Amino acid sequence: MTDQTESYSAAGEVAQLRTRRSRRERMWIELRKAPPTALLGLGIILIYAFVAIFAPWLAPYGEAEVLAQSYAPWSAEHPLGTDQIGRDILTRLIYGARNTIGIAFITTLLAFAIGVSLGLIAAINRSWLDQVISRGVDVLMAIPSLIFALMLLSIFGSSALSLILIIAVLDSTRVFRLARSVAVGVAVMDYVEAARLRGEGLAWVMRREILPNIMPPLVAEFGLRFCFVFLTIAALSFLGVGIQPPTADWGTMVRETANLIQFARFDLKAGLTPLMPAAAIALLTVAVNFVVDWFLHKTSGLRDEH
Amino acid sequence: MNTELSDTTYAKATPAPDRDGAPLLEIRGLKIEGFADEKWNPIIKGVDLTLHRGEVLGLIGESGAGKSTLGLAAMGFARSGVRFAGGSVRFDGMDLLAMPERRRRKLWGTRITYVAQSAAASFNPAHRLIEQTVAAAVREGLKTEAEAIADAKALYAQLQLPEPDRIGDRYPHQVSGGQLQRVMTAMAMSGRPDLIVFDEPTTALDVTTQVEVLMSMRRIVDEFDTAAIYITHDLAVVAQMADRIKVLRYGEEVEEAPTREMLEHPKEAYTRSLWSVRSLRKPAEPSEDVVLSIQGVDAAYGNMVQVLHDISVDLPRGRTVALVGESGSGKSTTAKVVTGLLPPSKGEILFEGEALPPELKQRNKEQLRRIQMIYQMADTAMNPRQTVGEIIGRPLTFYHGLKGQALERRVVELLEQIELDAGFYDRLPGELSGGQKQRICIARALAAEPEIIICDEVTSALDQIVQEGILKLLMRLQKERGISYLFITHDIATVEAISDEIVVMYQGRVVEQGLKDRILSPPHAEYTELLLSSVPEMDPDWLTHLLEERGQDETAAGA
Amino acid sequence: MHPVLRTVLQRLALGLLTLFIVSIVIFASVQMLPGDFAEAVLGQAATSETVAAFRRELGLDQPPVIRYFDWVGALAQGDLGTSFSGRASSGVDRSRDVADLVGPRLANTLFLAGMTALIAVPLALFLGITAALKRNSLYDKTVSTATLTTISFPEFFVAYILILLLSTLWPVFPSLADVGRDMPLWDRVYTAALPALTLTLVIVAHMMRMTRAAIINLLASPYIEMARLKGEPPRRVILRHALPNAWAPIAAVIAFNLAYLVVGVVVVEVVFVYPGIGQLMVDAVSSRDIPVVQACALIFAATYILLNLIADIIGIVTNPRLLHAK
Repeated sequence: MTDQTESYSAAGEVAQLRTRRSRRERMWIELRKAPPTALLGLGIILIYAFVAIFAPWLAPYGEAEVLAQSYAPWSAEHPLGTDQIGRDILTRLIYGARNTIGIAFITTLLAFAIGVSLGLIAAINRSWLDQVISRGVDVLMAIPSLIFALMLLSIFGSSALSLILIIAVLDSTRVFRLARSVAVGVAVMDYVEAARLRGEGLAWVMRREILPNIMPPLVAEFGLRFCFVFLTIAALSFLGVGIQPPTADWGTMVRETANLIQFARFDLKAGLTPLMPAAAIALLTVAVNFVVDWFLHKTSGLRDEH
Repeated sequence: MNTELSDTTYAKATPAPDRDGAPLLEIRGLKIEGFADEKWNPIIKGVDLTLHRGEVLGLIGESGAGKSTLGLAAMGFARSGVRFAGGSVRFDGMDLLAMPERRRRKLWGTRITYVAQSAAASFNPAHRLIEQTVAAAVREGLKTEAEAIADAKALYAQLQLPEPDRIGDRYPHQVSGGQLQRVMTAMAMSGRPDLIVFDEPTTALDVTTQVEVLMSMRRIVDEFDTAAIYITHDLAVVAQMADRIKVLRYGEEVEEAPTREMLEHPKEAYTRSLWSVRSLRKPAEPSEDVVLSIQGVDAAYGNMVQVLHDISVDLPRGRTVALVGESGSGKSTTAKVVTGLLPPSKGEILFEGEALPPELKQRNKEQLRRIQMIYQMADTAMNPRQTVGEIIGRPLTFYHGLKGQALERRVVELLEQIELDAGFYDRLPGELSGGQKQRICIARALAAEPEIIICDEVTSALDQIVQEGILKLLMRLQKERGISYLFITHDIATVEAISDEIVVMYQGRVVEQGLKDRILSPPHAEYTELLLSSVPEMDPDWLTHLLEERGQDETAAGA
Repeated sequence: MHPVLRTVLQRLALGLLTLFIVSIVIFASVQMLPGDFAEAVLGQAATSETVAAFRRELGLDQPPVIRYFDWVGALAQGDLGTSFSGRASSGVDRSRDVADLVGPRLANTLFLAGMTALIAVPLALFLGITAALKRNSLYDKTVSTATLTTISFPEFFVAYILILLLSTLWPVFPSLADVGRDMPLWDRVYTAALPALTLTLVIVAHMMRMTRAAIINLLASPYIEMARLKGEPPRRVILRHALPNAWAPIAAVIAFNLAYLVVGVVVVEVVFVYPGIGQLMVDAVSSRDIPVVQACALIFAATYILLNLIADIIGIVTNPRLLHAK
C-alpha cells in the first residue's frame, strides 16, 4: 500500500489524443477526404434542393399553364417541348422537383417520427408493448408495401394526403425495425443501466442516453428510406394512382409522355422526352445512395478488410 | 486413463539453448503494418525472434502489443488489412515470406500449426470434430485416413478428453469450451508439427478449466518435443509453459530471457510493472459495524432458472467484501439484487438496518444515491457522446442540485481526487485511455457521495500496471471517506490485494465466507481448495507440482 | 421430436398464422370503404332497389365476422368473388368471376417471374460471390458501383431505356409484350424478352450486393481463418468450409429478391402492357374494383410469405446446430 518508487501518473497515460476542432472544421476535413462519388452526390442533392425551393422563379411558364399545341417539339420557347395537352415540359420538370421531392420528404419525415418513437419505446419497455408493436409490424411487413399501398389507395382514393399517410405508415414499419434494433443494442449498455440506477426518468434516458447514440445509423437510414419512398411514390404516380394531375410530378410525366418514345426513330429528341423525368428521379436516388454509402462507411467504422 | 504417458515425463525439461545447431525459426527485423484510418500504421516495429527445436517461447504483452500479429507472422501469415513491411521469417531454413502462398500452405496444418483463442468460433460448425482433426494430415498424405483417425483417438486420450473413441463423432457445438480447446490441440498435433503457435488458448476459460487445459497441453508438447510459441497476457500462465519469455510492448521487444531468470530478475522497469499488482496487499481489518446486509436471498431470471440460493452476506462500514467465483457462480446476479435491478424471490436487503424496497422503481432518490456502481467495461459504462464534465456533473445536479460555477468547481475537485486534472473536463470518453476511463467512472460514483460502491470486475479489463493504480485509488478513497466496497471479481490476486472479507460463490450458493486471512489459509472448503489451487502462480514449477499432487487421485477430469 | 422437425413445424405454423392475419387485414381494409360505396360503383342513376341488392350481395348487411368466414370459405374453394366492373345502374349484371380474371394472368406473371429468376439468380450469385472473393479489386469496385447505380433507377426508367434502344432505335424486340394464350413457348419467350430483361437488371443489382455482403460476412468467421491456417487451398476453403454454412444466408438473399421480383412485376407489366396480374391489379385500383384488388393483394402477400417461409426452412434444415442437437 505504500508508494512505489516509479513515478506513475494517471493523467500521463497515453490516450488517443485528438485535436479539438469545431464541428465546421471537422466537416470540412471530412469533405476534403470524401471520395469523388460522394462529392458528386452532394453536389447533385444541393442542385435539386435549389431547384425545388426556387421553382417559381426558375420556371419559364406556369405549372399547369396550357400554352401551345400538344407534343410540340424541342424549340427555343419550349426547350424540352410540350406534353399531351400543350404544357411546357421544362416548367413541369422544375415544378416536379418541388412536388415529387417535397411529398417524398414529408412522407419520410412522418415515417421516421412514427417509426423512431415507437422503436425507442419498444426498446426500452421490452415487455408486452414491445411484443404487440413488433408482431403488428411483422404482419404489415408480410404484405409487399407497394401492393398494400395499391390496395389502400383503391379504398381511400388517390390524394396527396392519403398518399403521404399510407406510405408513411407502411414505411414506418421498416424504420421501427431498425430504430428498435439499434436502440436495443444501446439500451443494454452499462451507461443506460447506470442512468436507471441513478433514478433517471424514461424521457431523460431516451433523449440523452439513447437517441444521441443511435443517430448515425438513423441518418443513413433516412437517406435510404427517402430513396425508397421517392421511388415508391414515383412508381405509384407512374401507375396513375399516386400524385394526381394537374400537379406536376415526375412519375406522372413519364406516363403521360411515354408514347413519344415510339417516335425516337424520326425525332430522337422526342423519344428522349419521357426519359427526362425518369432520369431526374434516377439521378437523385443515385446521388443520395452515393452519399449514404460514404456516410455508412465513415460512421460504422466498417471497413471491408477485417 | 492414459497408458501412453509415463509419469516421469511430466516434469518440464529445460532444453539447452543450442541443441541442434540451426534454429527452427528465425525472425529478423520483422516489420508489420496494419491499415486503419486510411493509412498504413506500424504494428510490429522490427522484432527478432529465434526458436530452437523442442523449445517453448512465451510471448507476453498487454493488449495492442502486437503479440498475436507476431504469432501469425511466425507462420508467414498476415490477416487481411495487415501486411509485411520488412524483415524475414525463416522456418527450417526456408524463407516463409519469399515463397509463394501455395508452398506455405503445404507447411500450415502439418509442420506449423495454430491453436486459436476461441475454440468455439474456430471450429467449423458443419463438420464433425474428428474430420477437422485429421483433415490436414490426410490432405498432405502423411497418413491414411484410418491411421489418422486412430492416431487422433489416441491423442484425445492423451489430452484426457472423456470418451476418446467417441467424442470425435460430435459436432463443435455439442462439446464444452475446455474440451474444444483440447480437441484443437489434438488437431494441431495430428500432423506431428515442428512448431505450434498457441494464441491465448486459455484466456476465455474459467480458472479451474484453464488449469486442466494447461496440463494437457504441456504434457503433449513435452511428449512429442514440439517447439511452440505461447502467446498470453498472463505472466503466471506463461511461466508454466515456456522455457524462455519475450516481453513485447507497442510492437517492440522489451526484453527476453529464460523463464526463471525473467521471473526472478527482470531487467526492465516495464517488465517489473507487469506483476506489480501482486505486491499490493492490504491487511484485513475486521469490523462489526454492518452497513449493508443481504439476508437469505433467492433469485431467478424469469420464473425459470433459480440462479441464487439463500445468499447471506454482511458488508461492514468502510471495509471491502470480495465476492469470488467463476462465471455462472451468481456474483453479478447478487449485485443486481442489491441494486434493485433483479428483485429477489425470497429474502431481503437491509441498508443501515432498514429493508430496501426490492424493486428499483420503488426506491427513492436518497436510497439510490447511497449505493453506487462501477462496471467492468468502462467503455460501455460511459455515454460516448457526453463529455467528462457532463458525465461527472450529472449526479451532482441530479442528487445535490449543483449548477453553474459550483458544479464546475466540484467536478474539477473530483477530477483531482482521481488524480486527473481540469484539462479532462471537455474530453469525450473516446479520447481517454482505459485506466482514465475507469477513473472517470469512479469519480461519477463518488459524485453521489455514496456509502457503498459495488465494483463489478472493475480491473479485469485493464493492463496490470493500470490495475494497480486503480486499486490504490480505491483503497485511498476508502480510507479518506469510509466507503464500503462490494467487490466482485474472479481474480484471486486482486482479492488478496484489496479485500477484508471474502465470500466464495459456486453455482449460486455461498461456499465459504469470512475474513481474508482465514479463507486464504487452509483448511479450505472443497471448492475453495480447487479454486485457489487452480490459480496459476509465478513459480515455474507450480504446474508441475500441482500435476503431481492432483495426479495422485484424479486423472480423467471433465472440463 | 427431432429439433429440426420441431423448428420447421413451428415456422410453418407461424407462416400460416401470418397468412391468416394478413387475410384479416386485407378483408378488414375493405370495411373502411365509405358508406356510399355501392352508389359510387353503380352510378348516380341507380335505383334504391339495385343498391340494396348490391349491398346484400356484398354482404354489407351481415356482421363482419360472418362475412369474413364466408369470404375465407369461398376462397378455400377457389372462389375469389365477383368483379365490380361490368355492373351498371340498370341492374344488368355483366360482371365476371374474379377467379376467371385472375387465373390466366397469374400464369402469365409466374411465367415472366420464372423466366427472370432463371437468368437473374445464377448471374447474381456468380457476380456476388466472385466480387466477395476478389474483394477491393478493380472488378469488385466496378461491379459494386455499377449495381449501386442500378438499384437507384426506377424500374420504368430501365424499361424505357431498353425500349428506346432495343425496340425503337434498333428494333430487336417488341415493346408491347402482349403474350397470347396459345402462343408457342419460343414466341412467348421472345415477346416477354424486354420485360424479363428489365426485371433482371433491377433484381441482379440487389441480389448481387446482398450476396456479396453475406459471403464477406461468412468469410470473416474465425473458422474460415482457421481453415486457411490449416493450409487448406482456396477452393477447399470455399467449397468445404464456407459453402455448408452459406445455404441459409444465400437462401434468404434469393427469397428476398424473388419477393422483390413479385412486386417489381407490377410496374414492368404496366410499361410493357404485359397481361399479368400486376397490370390487372393496377387497372382494378384505378376503377376501384375492390374484389379484384383484394384477390390480387392476397395472392401477392401469399407468394411473399411463402418465399420467406421456404428461405427460413432451408436455413433451418441446413443449420448444423439444429441438425445435430446436443
